[in-house]
Amino acid sequence: MAEIQGKADTGGKGGKKRAKKMSTKIDMTPMVDLAFLLLTFFMLTTTFAKPNVMQLTMPVKKTDDVEDTKIKASQAMTILLGKDNKAYYYFGLNTPNDKTVPKPELKVTNYSADGIRKVLLDRQRQSPEPIILIKPTEDAKYKNMVDILDEMNITNQKKYALVKVYKDDLDLIKESGL
Amino acid sequence: MPKVKPHRTSPSLDMTPMVDLAFLLVTFFMLTTKFAPEETVVVDTPSSISEIKLPESNVITLTIDNKKRVFFGVDDSKTKTQILQKVAAKYGVNFTAAQAKEFSNLPNFGLPINQLGSYLNVEKEERKALNAQQPGIPIDSLNNQLIDWVMEARRANLALFKKQTFIAIKGDGNADVPTVQQVIKLLQERDINRFNLITDLENAPVATK
Repeated sequence: MAEIQGKADTGGKGGKKRAKKMSTKIDMTPMVDLAFLLLTFFMLTTTFAKPNVMQLTMPVKKTDDVEDTKIKASQAMTILLGKDNKAYYYFGLNTPNDKTVPKPELKVTNYSADGIRKVLLDRQRQSPEPIILIKPTEDAKYKNMVDILDEMNITNQKKYALVKVYKDDLDLIKESGL
Repeated sequence: MPKVKPHRTSPSLDMTPMVDLAFLLVTFFMLTTKFAPEETVVVDTPSSISEIKLPESNVITLTIDNKKRVFFGVDDSKTKTQILQKVAAKYGVNFTAAQAKEFSNLPNFGLPINQLGSYLNVEKEERKALNAQQPGIPIDSLNNQLIDWVMEARRANLALFKKQTFIAIKGDGNADVPTVQQVIKLLQERDINRFNLITDLENAPVATK
């Protein structure tokens, strides 16, 4: 393959030694092989893929003179992220100390397309539009948190907040036994 | 009419333009390739449908693994050299020039600052064995070194590049929420309210309305 062509036999007649005429063409195949090998290597190792990110904007730190935004019971929906990939949810507010507010009914579902997404879409068809409170409990996994934030994007839910879980909500889970 | 003779071409063709192109591409890829830095800790990020990409530069990556450890990483080596000086001065720890140079090559770390020096003295190959034992950066309220690293990195980035810094949180799918929330809370206390959660891409489902 790699021989240099044109090694012309000058015939051994004892004549003047001529400078060997070399062909200017050389076989480039090995070089091309190497070039493409390197090319493939660098193409595959290049980190084109920047990781994807999900943007999360938290509310600005609360100063003392600004009160919490009040949510109407008709709009509120709470999703509690429990252990073992369980998602609890209830509509309305959970205020056991205020006897005028009826106790919400806690339901359990999962993070699949038929689970919490269906619930969210069903709720969105009714008016008024819901405001979702996401409360991850201590047993929840980070994956659950990302999943539920992702569901907000999937279902086009505009108003939602990631809030701390209160004891009332934990009691509700415990009582329901779900 | 006489038959048209097929034009006989030599079977060896001139490869020069192809080779030119190949080498051009090789050179391009060689110069642009940035090898992915070796990860100190392997985390399996959850997936989402978000298609937003992480910005190219000025990124602080806070890695949270499933053992509640927090790792700090910043992309630029100049920033790293600066923040090491600042944070070391605050905690009264001294680093040699060699240690500082090693630090600037570190992709991320999860050590309290008083253990950092001995980690940097270890040879690069032997560090891999130590990585599993890194305890994570202290984030509790009494000894909160993470916020110092983040604040100094933001300050250094702003001074060096005149650009805002992005905070990326790279959490393991099995990381527990309290640790993540603790990190977010710490940053919120310093008026950092925008976070980028690093996720894998999954296909967007067709939302049925």
